[in-house]
Amino acid sequence: MADMNRERHRTRETAFYLFTQQSLPACKPVLTPGWVVEIVDRYDTECVPEAFRIDKISYIQDDSIPKNCSRFMKVHKYMKAPIYIYYQLDNYYQNHRRYVKSRSDKQLLHGQKYHDTSSCQPVELNSGQPIVPCGLIAWSLFNDSFTFIRERAELKVNRKNIAWKSDRDHKFGKNVHPFNFQNGTLIGGGKLNPKIPLSDQEDLIVWMRTSALPSFRKLYGRIEEDLDADDVIVVNLMNNYNTYSFGGKKKLVLSTSSWLGGKNDFLGHACVIIGSSSLILAIVFTLLHLKYRRPHGDTSYLPWNRKSLSG
Amino acid sequence: MPRQGSWGSMELHNNCNTRASFDISRSSSLAQENLSKSQRIRNKSVDFDDNLPHAENPRLIYINDPRRTNDKYEFTGNEIRTSKYTLITFLPKNLFIQFHRVAYLYFLAIAALNQLPPLAVFGRTVSLFPLLFVLCVTAIKDGYEDWRRHRSDRNENNRESLVLQAGEFQMKKWKTIRAGEVVKIHADETIPCDMVLLGTSDPSGLAYIQTMNLDGESNLKTRYARQETASSIFEGCNVLGLIRCEQPNRNIYEFTANMEFNGHRFPLSQSNIVLRGCQLKNTDWIIGVVVYAGQETKAMLNSAVSPSKRSKLESYMNRETLWLSIFLLVMCSVVAVGMGLWLHRHKDELETLPYYRKTYIRNGRENDNDTNLSLYYYGVGTLTENKMEFRKASVYGKDYSSSNFTEDSLQDDNIRDAAVSSRWKLKSEISVDSELMNFLHKDLAGDERIAAYLFFLTLAACNTVIPIVSQDASSGHGRSDSWGEVKAIDYQGESPDEQALVSAASAYGYTLHERTSGHIVIDVNGDKLRLDVLGLHEFDSVRKRMSVVIRFPDNTIKVLVKGADTTMFSILARDTEKDNLIRQVTQSHLTEYSSEGLRTLVVAARDLTDAELEQWQCRYEDASTSLIDRAAKLRQTAALVECNLNLLGATAIEDKLQDGVPEAIEALRQAGIKVWVLTGDKQETAISIGLSCKLLTADMQQIIINGNSEEECRNLLTDAKTRYGVQPAHRKNENSKRSNNPQNGYFEIPDDAKSSNVLQPCSGKEEPDVCAPLALIIDGNSLVYILEKDLESELFDIATSCKVVLCCRVAPLQKAGIVDLIKSRTDDMTLAIGANDVSMIQMADVGVGICGQEGRQAVMASDFAMGQFRFLKRLLLVHGHWNYQRVGYLVLYNFYRNAVFVLMLFWYILCTAFSTTSALTDWSSVFYSVIYTSVPTIVVGILDKDLSHKTLLKYPKLYGAGHRHEAYNLQLFWITMIDTLWQSLVLFYIPLFTYKESSIDIWSIGSLWTIAVVILVNMHLAMDIRRWVFITHAAVWGSIIITYACMVVLDSIPIFPNYWTIYHLAKSPTYWLTILLIIIVALLPRFLFKVIHQIFWPSDIQIAREAEILRKATPNLRSKPNEDSS
Repeated sequence: MADMNRERHRTRETAFYLFTQQSLPACKPVLTPGWVVEIVDRYDTECVPEAFRIDKISYIQDDSIPKNCSRFMKVHKYMKAPIYIYYQLDNYYQNHRRYVKSRSDKQLLHGQKYHDTSSCQPVELNSGQPIVPCGLIAWSLFNDSFTFIRERAELKVNRKNIAWKSDRDHKFGKNVHPFNFQNGTLIGGGKLNPKIPLSDQEDLIVWMRTSALPSFRKLYGRIEEDLDADDVIVVNLMNNYNTYSFGGKKKLVLSTSSWLGGKNDFLGHACVIIGSSSLILAIVFTLLHLKYRRPHGDTSYLPWNRKSLSG
Repeated sequence: MPRQGSWGSMELHNNCNTRASFDISRSSSLAQENLSKSQRIRNKSVDFDDNLPHAENPRLIYINDPRRTNDKYEFTGNEIRTSKYTLITFLPKNLFIQFHRVAYLYFLAIAALNQLPPLAVFGRTVSLFPLLFVLCVTAIKDGYEDWRRHRSDRNENNRESLVLQAGEFQMKKWKTIRAGEVVKIHADETIPCDMVLLGTSDPSGLAYIQTMNLDGESNLKTRYARQETASSIFEGCNVLGLIRCEQPNRNIYEFTANMEFNGHRFPLSQSNIVLRGCQLKNTDWIIGVVVYAGQETKAMLNSAVSPSKRSKLESYMNRETLWLSIFLLVMCSVVAVGMGLWLHRHKDELETLPYYRKTYIRNGRENDNDTNLSLYYYGVGTLTENKMEFRKASVYGKDYSSSNFTEDSLQDDNIRDAAVSSRWKLKSEISVDSELMNFLHKDLAGDERIAAYLFFLTLAACNTVIPIVSQDASSGHGRSDSWGEVKAIDYQGESPDEQALVSAASAYGYTLHERTSGHIVIDVNGDKLRLDVLGLHEFDSVRKRMSVVIRFPDNTIKVLVKGADTTMFSILARDTEKDNLIRQVTQSHLTEYSSEGLRTLVVAARDLTDAELEQWQCRYEDASTSLIDRAAKLRQTAALVECNLNLLGATAIEDKLQDGVPEAIEALRQAGIKVWVLTGDKQETAISIGLSCKLLTADMQQIIINGNSEEECRNLLTDAKTRYGVQPAHRKNENSKRSNNPQNGYFEIPDDAKSSNVLQPCSGKEEPDVCAPLALIIDGNSLVYILEKDLESELFDIATSCKVVLCCRVAPLQKAGIVDLIKSRTDDMTLAIGANDVSMIQMADVGVGICGQEGRQAVMASDFAMGQFRFLKRLLLVHGHWNYQRVGYLVLYNFYRNAVFVLMLFWYILCTAFSTTSALTDWSSVFYSVIYTSVPTIVVGILDKDLSHKTLLKYPKLYGAGHRHEAYNLQLFWITMIDTLWQSLVLFYIPLFTYKESSIDIWSIGSLWTIAVVILVNMHLAMDIRRWVFITHAAVWGSIIITYACMVVLDSIPIFPNYWTIYHLAKSPTYWLTILLIIIVALLPRFLFKVIHQIFWPSDIQIAREAEILRKATPNLRSKPNEDSS
């Protein structure tokens, strides 16, 4: 009896059954305009108290001053979940040669077992021991943090799966713990919990994918609730990261996404322009061809023949 | 004085019918002339410099006493080594040789810089990759070739020959044979070292050898053992003696030595030595003593390579490389200055940052691996039409040329039977003149009849041809049954002229039947006539005649002479009225013959008195044994007997034009190639040949310069200049400077003729001649005056404004001199083509050798070799065109391919605070030029054809594209560079805008750029490919696929920071859209430019191409194009 049931069950699962029952898994396209809504808020200046705006560097370097700050963001259009939270840094040359090179991929994977960290210069050793993770990139980890409140209720921010799965699984060791990170004399950016292995330190993993351009965004997390138009979001942030010393800007970005990624009109505009100009050119050439037609392959057009014709 | 003397002697040099002796003597004269003229002519062919006999320091060979021979001097053993390397020396030596190329040094420098950590652009191993790759491939190739050489050396060294050891001939390995040993060779065996013949199976000491391996001539050559040694060898006794010979040298046509044997001392010459590499033929065995062994043999000394030549395109390319280096430098300094400024501006901020301690500035790089594609067309055919045929004869003042040339016209049956019965079966049938034939069968009485007798006797006897008699089984002759024995006779000679004369004599019943060093047997209408040869003065370039001293059975001594008319008429007797009359008549006949394009020779003879004979014999003996200056002494001796000759008559040989020669010349002329003919023939012959091959046409104005003094030449030149309004060359040079052809210039043909002639294609500029085209005809004599004095420029002015230049009576070295003159005076390229003018072929920018019956010296010295002249048309018009188009395009494409890549990297550097970060992974940067884009380049370089060979041959003017520099010029270079700039900007900025303010990481954008640039350059190439075959498809699209494959592999290695990038990217539609957009936007301007150009300003190539393709596509729809055109 049980066998028969299982049998029937299996039959139901087969493609043929699904086909006859017209219940094959299907793609169901609905033509909806896919808007990408984006809210950008620059906070690097605003989050420095008025008193310190003359000397922002001393403010940011002074640990005794509290760094928390609140920002209000108004949602001007309905935003469908997931809403991506990015922090954006401008004028931050993460693609500088010496910066990009200052890492050790083997150490990230194998931890202390891998000793040759010479590529991590200048942040290589701490009291004779290799820093885990070593190198400038890790050292300068971004450490502002954000919480979002809507109508007094905290919005749930999913901070898992913000890094590439391939990086988590194969590039950052599951047994590598940042036990001596940021213990040196010069503290760069964020600190890491030594208890959590590198493969779970997703902020670090995101940060270590150095950006290609001097203005870049990095994923901070996802809001998994829809935001309605005219919602006001309160952002409580810790303004820890020092971009003031090189005039870098910090921005917080909330954005939805479409099949073409984030909000960038360039590709669309370019495609339309190129397409339409190609069309115009095609018409022009057709007209030209009709007007000034040259019989193809007419050997009397060969230069020496032409000469004799005219002469 | 020596200068003029040498020229004076050279101008007499002719191509007379005795080509064999010409070949032999040429080298010696060359050597002498080289010495005196070396400052004038930068002769690359100075092979024969070292051939003057070193009488002071002879090499002593004790026959059959190798111990004593090798005692004092360490002569090399017979082991040969053609391989370059051994196991131990391979690596250092091969590397040393490879690093002679500048490009390798460049790469080495880059790789070395990369090993310094602060300067490392790539990883250390990665930077070594391209260099190692190229080095390894070359080393493996060299190693393999050398291994094969080792193997063949081993085989060669382990071959065995019979060597006299302890009184018996025993097998001995070649490598152990030493100088002084006595070696026995059997028929069809190869000769292991250079040996002096001691004896042969023939009692008279005759041996036949084939020198195919040495100089490529397939006919047999005779070598003699000296009678003295031959007889004693034949009788079986041991030979002991001493040979004094010159030091080893590379002249295979000369050997000077003497031998002391049984108290006698006698000379040895070229005809007594057999050289390594030759094969023994038609002789059972020979015995010889080794004089040169191993590396010292002439064959080994001759295996040197000729100097390399560079194409003009290549030097242009170097110029553009320099330009690119300047760009590179500018780019580097922009980065350096930019970085400096950036650092300066951000100095204050940076001081707080701990990692900015020091800055380094590195050079960008450019993989400028110019793919040098030089394709060699090696068309080796056989030259068959270059066959001499006896055409006309003038005997004793009577011209036998008007009557029928068929056997059947012999009216008298008796004579006919007699003629046939006595005739040996020849390899080829020769038509005979019936009148002369009838006359020859009259009784031997009367001056005229005797003259005719002697005339044919001279033809049969005065030569170096060897008759080879063999039983002919398959006699096709109808009469063979009745006579039972019909022998086939084959004349082997080194000169086809001589063969033709001997065959002709045979046809008239004077068959040369046997020849040894001491006597010859001539079959005169069935009677065997044995003539003792007392001496033979071979043909040389100074005397231009050949004579033989003969004792008849009735003990009369006669000198039989044949030679060029210029040198013969001056040594004729001028006694009687009759002589003078005959002379005049013969001279007029000669003029007539040569005007028909026939090659003429004068035949004469005289009796020698006993006193004269004695005097001559004495001198002859002395001269021929002398080690020093033997040629000059022999020449003096010859003068003793070659005087007061009685004129017998003259011969005319037709040297048939090869197939297609007129067409080829016409085509070359249409192609804008200027043709100069340099020939040794005399003026009338040259002009007639010129007419018959359409080089000269009836409507041409002929400027003939025939001066006998400097003054006369000057007057003739100025006269011609004023009459035809020739402009000075300087102005013309300026005019045509821009339109000089990159490919080809001047060259030399053996029109029909074995005498080589020079064609010179000049700049493709068409002179708009209002009046008739000019033809300059100048003879060697005048050239001597003109070239020696300051008339060069005058000559040049005229020559450049003439459509055709014909130089006759030119000596081989003068030909090289003329080529050199053209090379030094113009930017034009010269192409020399010839069958026997080594020095000229090596002098010209492109040397083409024709392998004819005259040997392969020219072929060995040439850059290209072909079987017949008409192939030149194909070589230039088809392969020259293809090669030019391909190389021209590829140079531009390679510049583009690398520049677009480097520029793309450069733009990115500007976005990274000038810190020379490369978004591409190290491996991709290296693979770009090695793997991603190299294969299509090579495939296109080999396979792309713009036009089919049929079209190219049909419209020779298409070759003008090369003259006009259409495929590669500075303008095109700059257009390409602007296009490159545009494409690199598109490549860089489209992704930049697309991913502006996004979370894209450096490796993703690098990956995008890698793919985009590879697809872009391959699409660019695909747009320009004009002939798609399967391999092209595979190469172009395969490259893109391989690039993807490589990136997938590179992105699957977790240790690279770019891990998994491509998988992420491939999921995003933006990525694909961006690539599409890049390709379209980048190629759009180029596409527009191409289309507009093809529609409104089509090049001739484009039209011909359309014609070709449309003709192929619509062969049946004849009506449609008609409608269109109407």
